[in-house]
Amino acid sequence: MSPDLPGSVYFFGTCLMDAVYPDAGMAAIRLLQSRGLDVIFPPDQSCCGQPAYNSGFIEEARAVARKQIQVFSQPYPIVVPSGSCAGMMKHHYPGLFAGRKEEAAARRFAGRVYELFEYLVKVLNATFEDRGDPVTVTWHSSCHALREMNVVQYAKALIRQLKNVTLVELLRETECCGFGGTFAVKQPAISAAMVKDKVEDIRQTGASTLLAGDCGCLMNITGAMAHEGMAIDGKHLAEFLWERTNGR
Amino acid sequence: MDAKTRFDFKSNIDAALKDQQLRRNLRNAMDILVDKRQAVFPDSDELEQLRAAGNAIKRRALKQLPRLLEQLEVKCSQNGIQVHWAEDTTQANGIVLDLMHRHHATAVVKGKSMVSEEMHLNHFLEEKGIEAVETDLGEFIIQLNHETPSHIIVPAIHKNKDEVAAIFHEKLADTPYTEDVEELTAIARQALRKRFAGTTVGLSGVNFAIAETGTLLLVENEGNGRMCTTAPDVHIAVMGLEKVVEKLSDVPPLLRLLTGSATGQIVTTYVNMITSPRKKGEKDGPKEVHLVILDNGRSRILADPQLRQTLLCIRCGTCLNHCPVYVRIGGHAYGHVYPGPIGKILTPQMEGLERTGVLVTASSLCGACGEVCPVKIPIPDLIRRLRNESYDQEKAAVVPGGGYKKNLAETMVWKGWELANRLPVLNEMGTRMAGAMGKHLPKVGPLKQWTSVRTAPRVARSSLHGRVRKEGVSHE
Repeated sequence: MSPDLPGSVYFFGTCLMDAVYPDAGMAAIRLLQSRGLDVIFPPDQSCCGQPAYNSGFIEEARAVARKQIQVFSQPYPIVVPSGSCAGMMKHHYPGLFAGRKEEAAARRFAGRVYELFEYLVKVLNATFEDRGDPVTVTWHSSCHALREMNVVQYAKALIRQLKNVTLVELLRETECCGFGGTFAVKQPAISAAMVKDKVEDIRQTGASTLLAGDCGCLMNITGAMAHEGMAIDGKHLAEFLWERTNGR
Repeated sequence: MDAKTRFDFKSNIDAALKDQQLRRNLRNAMDILVDKRQAVFPDSDELEQLRAAGNAIKRRALKQLPRLLEQLEVKCSQNGIQVHWAEDTTQANGIVLDLMHRHHATAVVKGKSMVSEEMHLNHFLEEKGIEAVETDLGEFIIQLNHETPSHIIVPAIHKNKDEVAAIFHEKLADTPYTEDVEELTAIARQALRKRFAGTTVGLSGVNFAIAETGTLLLVENEGNGRMCTTAPDVHIAVMGLEKVVEKLSDVPPLLRLLTGSATGQIVTTYVNMITSPRKKGEKDGPKEVHLVILDNGRSRILADPQLRQTLLCIRCGTCLNHCPVYVRIGGHAYGHVYPGPIGKILTPQMEGLERTGVLVTASSLCGACGEVCPVKIPIPDLIRRLRNESYDQEKAAVVPGGGYKKNLAETMVWKGWELANRLPVLNEMGTRMAGAMGKHLPKVGPLKQWTSVRTAPRVARSSLHGRVRKEGVSHE
């Protein structure tokens, strides 16, 4: 770790991780702490605003985004365990407040946003030692980690650090899993067709664990795998990494 | 679209998703098109530069569109091309019909043109007793089968060769059944040759109209476009008014982007540049060339600084090829002339949100379309914008039918969502309640849709907020 790095980072837990994947959230926090960082979790944080933003309810999205900007007020980096939420905060907040009095604050905020694995690899240059049993995994790239944040390479670099882990890539890694937030319930038939194909792609890899860096995709894909009675485990990479390395 | 048949997106989607043959045909074809594009743009830095250039050229053209259109008219007129203006498709059809009558024509040979589809020209002419003969192979196939194009570039992409073989055998007299692609092509060629020779009017689209020189540029691979624009005595070109570019030197980067993105070609087999009718002493070429410039809502789209980006489109179709929704439902499901991501943003702006706004729900906002668009149209942003216009909370919608979807129930849901995410106490309470309900959350509304193919998400007993507090993570 370079000496001029700030000793404190903010952690933005995301609404889905908060409600459905708190273990992954704790693992992500522990991973950051294992690098000697003071991880700050502002208790008044909630959601990045994307659900409303993508559904056409811009005012409501803006109100919730404004709250996050207020809550994460200190100049620390904001580490986000989701490419999608990070993309919202980094790439859409400035536009959301364009021409408004918060515009400058939104830009400053956006400039401090990092996706978790991007922060671990690109900023901290973190290395981990694998203590787990041999396992074959596959990796799902979320669309926004891939196209908005362009950070997928960092997650995969971390997986490849683990000596007992074999990564088998998906045939259509860059294709959406069909989650898309409210898309999954507004166009359920198309979404279902997409996730079914994704699950089949995962099955074909022969992996016993599916890793992802976004809880929305994870919830969609693991839900579909369980519905089909598949015995493939789905995990956020943060949790997988913490379990196998304990941050060392 | 026929006014009688109401557009039922959901039924279309359900039918398309069930059609396994269609799904296979689309997946195979899209894979080929995606790979070919990838092969022709191997260097991503170079592609990014090219896309930026394409975007800049089209932006510059849109910025001075009225002036360029005037210049185009002046230059075309000087060159002997007669220019006609059509505010809507009714006027455009009227202009074409008038020209047909003037030349006592009972048939027209057509090159591929999406604007003519937008005009529903074939149907219109048919009603007036005039035969429209599609000469592009794909268009020829679907016309035989009384279908509309399912793709902007490859109109019969939803058919495989066995299906084409059956159509030819059934619909063309004295045609033996064959699945041999070369034989099939030869059958079509033979049928069409006769029509080129005996028809007095040809119609085509336009890929780029160059204001500086008054040139109409048309790309194609089959030579049918050249036949339609040179063999008949009269050539009618139809174009949307956004097709004009400023200078001849603007064309090479756009052409490279168009053909590379559309079919993975460095250049098409034919590049037609039409600058005048047959000149004195020349032995061939049409005696008259007419250009019909169609507005049909485009100037309204142009007026909005964000929505105007829709008009950057050069109709390459690559957003369709890369779309995870298009590849599963195909073009016909969209129920309108322009399918796929570009159709999703263009159709509601042309036809109004009330009738076609449902199209913008058919996107996971995965961003694949925006990533590949050769002129960098931010399609996902525009989808979001149209979703916002659908509810029009600020009564500022500029798209026809804005606010059509506004309803109390959804407004309350999102207001509640906002409050829960703005007020920490409410947020914590909501998560706790959901956690306590656990597996007993009622499977109604969204959760019912969700659980049709997935198990319900299991809300944790203790949220991350709770865990952080309990396990001693810094709070501030």
